[in-house]
Amino acid sequence: MQDDVILKISNLSKSFGPVKALCGVDFELRKGEIHAIAGENGAGKSTLMNVIDGILQPDDGQIMLDGKPIKITSPTMAQRLGIGFVHQEIALCPDVSVAENIFMAKTNVSRSWLMDYKKLEHEARDVFRQLSNIDPAVLVKNLSISNQQLVEIAKALTLDCRILILDEPTAALTEAEAQTLFGIMRDLADRGISIIYISHRMVEIFDNCDRVSVFRDGQHIVTQNVAEIQPSDVVNAMVGRVIDNLYPEKQTEDEKSDDILLDVRNLTEATRFRNVSFSLKKGEILGIAGLIGAGRSEIAKGICRLEGDVSGEVWLNGKKLTLRSYQDSIAEGMVYLSEDRKGDGVFLDLPISANISALKPDQVANGLGLIQSASEEAQAEALGRKLNLKYGSLSDPVSSLSGGNQQKVALAKMLSVNPRLIFLDEPTRGVDVGAKAEIHRILRDLARDGVGIVVISSELPELIGVCDRVLVVREGHISGQVTGEDMTEENIMHLASVMDAQATVA
Amino acid sequence: MDNTVNMAQANPSDSTSPLKRLFRMRETGLIVIILALFLIMSFASPYFLTWANMRAMSMAFAVDGILVIGMTILLISGGIDLSVGSVTALAMVIAGWLFLSGVDPWIASAMSIALCTGIGAFMGFFVTRVGLHHFIVSLAIMVIARGACLLFTGGRPLGLYTLPPEFKFIGQGSIGPVPIVIIIFLVFVIAFDFMLRRTTMFRKVFYTGSNEKAAAYSGIRTKKVIFLTTTLCSTLCGIAGIIYMARFGSAQPTFGLGLELTIIAAAVIGGASLNGGSGSILGAILGVILLSLVSSSLALLDVSVYWQDIIRGSILLSAVTIDHYLNKRRG
Repeated sequence: MQDDVILKISNLSKSFGPVKALCGVDFELRKGEIHAIAGENGAGKSTLMNVIDGILQPDDGQIMLDGKPIKITSPTMAQRLGIGFVHQEIALCPDVSVAENIFMAKTNVSRSWLMDYKKLEHEARDVFRQLSNIDPAVLVKNLSISNQQLVEIAKALTLDCRILILDEPTAALTEAEAQTLFGIMRDLADRGISIIYISHRMVEIFDNCDRVSVFRDGQHIVTQNVAEIQPSDVVNAMVGRVIDNLYPEKQTEDEKSDDILLDVRNLTEATRFRNVSFSLKKGEILGIAGLIGAGRSEIAKGICRLEGDVSGEVWLNGKKLTLRSYQDSIAEGMVYLSEDRKGDGVFLDLPISANISALKPDQVANGLGLIQSASEEAQAEALGRKLNLKYGSLSDPVSSLSGGNQQKVALAKMLSVNPRLIFLDEPTRGVDVGAKAEIHRILRDLARDGVGIVVISSELPELIGVCDRVLVVREGHISGQVTGEDMTEENIMHLASVMDAQATVA
Repeated sequence: MDNTVNMAQANPSDSTSPLKRLFRMRETGLIVIILALFLIMSFASPYFLTWANMRAMSMAFAVDGILVIGMTILLISGGIDLSVGSVTALAMVIAGWLFLSGVDPWIASAMSIALCTGIGAFMGFFVTRVGLHHFIVSLAIMVIARGACLLFTGGRPLGLYTLPPEFKFIGQGSIGPVPIVIIIFLVFVIAFDFMLRRTTMFRKVFYTGSNEKAAAYSGIRTKKVIFLTTTLCSTLCGIAGIIYMARFGSAQPTFGLGLELTIIAAAVIGGASLNGGSGSILGAILGVILLSLVSSSLALLDVSVYWQDIIRGSILLSAVTIDHYLNKRRG
């Protein structure tokens, strides 16, 4: 690895009103390194990246590119300087081909009046030769999320970037897809491109990055070679306190029960899954693993009658359920926490209290169907306290909260109906380390109180850390389950993907 | 993301609900503008501050006010209705035609309102079951209803000279100094404003319009909500049409051309968002009052009728622009 510094930031400050988002921050990026940035939400990571990309202007401090001081005034200028930024949210045009998406910026500055589709496609093929085997002629909306992410990266690469900023690119990827991405990142770094890699996941940082910088409360805390620092040190630096255990304790032997809470028998849906049978015992946290598209979420949504035309039996507490709609499922105490928080989990512009009461507004209304704001606020406050929700006022819109707290609002909404069983789909996606540990602890507490907990996650360490037993779904059926000592990433991945290979042969 | 959070914390005036915040900014702002215009006009025209003018002006916005209630609720649920002008005219025409065919005027009115409800349900069906957009469905109904008006009347207004006086009383009478129209209007406004703020039923309208998918994932039957708001809007058109008929003593097939735009403009000026999820009855009513005040002021000042639309359009554009920037600053 070369040691020449390509980007050097010194004493950078940026305030929004009285809030200091960045406070005298130093940062340097070497040529050809993969530099991880870690920090909780609100630590100043995004602000720093937005300054580097020219979206925000710093109040104070200096940016040196190749040893020369420079002011980056706009994203277009950042692009010209060779800085590429792949945002966490995918910003592609879904109805346009991959090739056109990749060359959107180039088309934009081109002098030609007519589109040369042949040439575009040809050039796109060249770019993808290094990345993956995506067909440039395909429309973006027909790609999986992970392939869309790769298109975003390809788009940044075509701009001849020397510095590539990746903001949590693996959030939507499965383990295998993430590994492919890491391979690509290493290739790029070997070709001299410097990568700034933002992530919450310690494993990714320690397996794939060269150095790590930790930020907290707008300040730069530490920068170290990953070889010289422990994951626990990074986490402690991020949260500013010592977190003893990332995951709560597992179910103890005395807590084990033979009472079956949920029993699913031969659940089948036309296209998405078939013959799914499993059961959940009282006090147990059950995980569901599988590749994206394997049918994990679909099974949970099918059980709750949220979507799909489902046949088969669902027994809750020894009673056979006959559900016609999700409303019936809520009435039986079975709820589903969505994986897409902003898309369908919360009402971003509505108040926190109105979000929490949404599942059963009747609970906070009187006999005439009139909402009593006092009881609505009381409900929100009680659940907020239980979940350690941090907010200014309960009448603030949910959009004013951090990702972790938004997720707690979504969870509070589930708890507002005193559910007997909760399906949690990616319960900690986009949530920072501190809030994540809290959510995991809450899940364990709920399980102890007798609430059935089913966790669906793409993050294997989370499943292994939180669950007592993990079911693995592959291509719409349960391919196996692991428990106790057998709960390892290797075993789960084997069940989730290895048999895929056989299936393709057959 | 980080920045918006920080900014929200930084600004203490932001720590109220969006509904209350809008209430504070929008309604008070509108009231100030209306009062200012009122004051200016009192000096500018000797005819403005007369009992006759006040009465005429309030009669003018009262019935439109009933229409704007339905439109606002529909906008909050995420829909829109371009057919309000024609459906109101159709209500008038159908009731008038039935009356002239010998049906009792009250029964004719009830049948006509029922028909409008049916039209709303028909649109609701196309939107929620077939999956078409409100805009297109209501555009088609706008044209169809207008065509039906012309078909029933041969294009000429129906003179309803024999309407019994107790029927005309709805549109023309008053209790003491207060016109019945204003009383009906106030009852509707107070009832719907209260329901929209307080009932779980209408809370579901906000949930649906704010994020339809999240509402469905909260167990709300969003299609049913949209179906009902669409139907309600047309029912209110029917009621407004009947009141107009009683007021004019005739049924005019060309009544309410372009009315839908005034109604939508008033709702939007009053804080309803075309993206759904926000809006208030009080704001929308203030929007109607403002637009109607502007119209009558311009008339009193002898400004050409042709200028009026230009000015009303400009008011709409300014209101929405100001709102856009206020929203942006709030993050």
